[in-house]
Amino acid sequence: MENKEEKIKQEFSNIVEKTKPKPNIIKNCLFAFIVGGAICDIGQLFQNIFIMINVPTEDVSTYVAIVMVFIGAFLTGVGIYDKIASFAGAGTVVPITGFANSIVSPAMEYKKEGFVFGVGAKMFTIAGPVLVYGISSSFVVGIIYYLIGRW
Amino acid sequence: MAGGDILNKKLGKYTINLNSKPKILSTYSIVGPKEGEGPLKDYFDLIVKDDLNGKDTYEKAESSFVYQAIEECIKGGNKNITDIDYLIAGDLLNQISSSNFAARDLDVPFFGIYGACSTMTESLALASMLIDGDFAEFTVAATSSHFSSAERQFRFPLEYGSQRGPATQWTVTGAAAFLLGRQGNFPYVTSVTIGKVKDYGAMDPNNMGAAMVPAAVDTIKNHFQDTGRQPKDYDLIATGDLGKIGREMTETLLKKYGYDVKGIYIDCGEEIFDKDTQKTCSGGSGCGCSAVVDSGYIYKNMLSGKFKRVLLVSTGALMSTISSFQGESIPGIAHAVEVEFGG
Repeated sequence: MENKEEKIKQEFSNIVEKTKPKPNIIKNCLFAFIVGGAICDIGQLFQNIFIMINVPTEDVSTYVAIVMVFIGAFLTGVGIYDKIASFAGAGTVVPITGFANSIVSPAMEYKKEGFVFGVGAKMFTIAGPVLVYGISSSFVVGIIYYLIGRW
Repeated sequence: MAGGDILNKKLGKYTINLNSKPKILSTYSIVGPKEGEGPLKDYFDLIVKDDLNGKDTYEKAESSFVYQAIEECIKGGNKNITDIDYLIAGDLLNQISSSNFAARDLDVPFFGIYGACSTMTESLALASMLIDGDFAEFTVAATSSHFSSAERQFRFPLEYGSQRGPATQWTVTGAAAFLLGRQGNFPYVTSVTIGKVKDYGAMDPNNMGAAMVPAAVDTIKNHFQDTGRQPKDYDLIATGDLGKIGREMTETLLKKYGYDVKGIYIDCGEEIFDKDTQKTCSGGSGCGCSAVVDSGYIYKNMLSGKFKRVLLVSTGALMSTISSFQGESIPGIAHAVEVEFGG
């Protein structure tokens, strides 16, 4: 009987793979593309508005980022962002609104443990790795850019 | 018979025969709003509208659910908390805090156990054994889980935008308690099969059903071997929270051992939700999942005579919040409790 179990153990990962449903990649990509694209369109809309009302060109992208972060944070706060994300996937994670969501959602969640050990300590649990590796890699890229420029 | 020697009680290697047949005097189940919209809604004793239950955190809400389930279950059996010799309970949260904090307000000797989602049959097995061993007149077995407290401990904040994989499961918000005693005409526990920790190397925390299948299969197989019975001797075999995927795999693996359970086998996680309309992917999970289905749907159908012999097999995945990150695979466990009535 032990031998039988060994045999089944060998086959187990195949059975898992066979039984496991495959995510619908085409549908998921399509939704991500549409929703992610729509978020970018909204950003573009604000960029055009800011240019129209004569915001200095070098400040426009900052203004747009502020607006988009606000929208992401607001939709998180009223409990809509995660509902959009459940079918949009990467379409809501990648744009800057997703970054806002990743900071606001733990801030809301961990408020129950207080402002210091809850909100303060846990706010960057999801965004933290993005910041660490984002800043580190920009540092590396910056050095490479500098060296290429000198050369 | 009282006491007796061990050979009288052991049946095969893994099964214990409970000669005194501890009776399940009453059960009580509480579920959250989502479970209360599912296909088994008519079998639950209480469906709460507010999953915070008037508390300020989900952990406190979960603890209040299990407290309420224990209290109402004892009341339902026309007993007082002072009549209870032992309470056995556990849950998914760190340091089994839901159960501990519920027991804080109950004046009763308490065993806190951790069996992840296998807690219902683990506590039921121990509670029955305490009675059969003549250590207790009345015992209570209870457990709970809460979608929102489990999410924040094991996954992401509630409002974080993430997409669920098709093999993931939805933690059941619910709590249930079983009151066991010696007398009366009630469904009774005839045997328990204690499971071993089984790990076939499943790594994917988004496919927990699959990780628990080897444990479920091993325990069910051992139960059949020890008792010398076949699947057809049972009206129902119910695993805890393997979900649709895990249920299919369990059927496949049991067949390899020569046991065809099709037609009498269900998984509580698959039954509790309508996965298409309720968007629960592979099904429900959590300690509360098998607890509320066993105490609601199955117990009530035993009372009405629909099921005469059932095998309850709650299944637990024994990983921690850090073990997966440290490269560990996911071990599983399952305990079986055989309940009979009438027949």
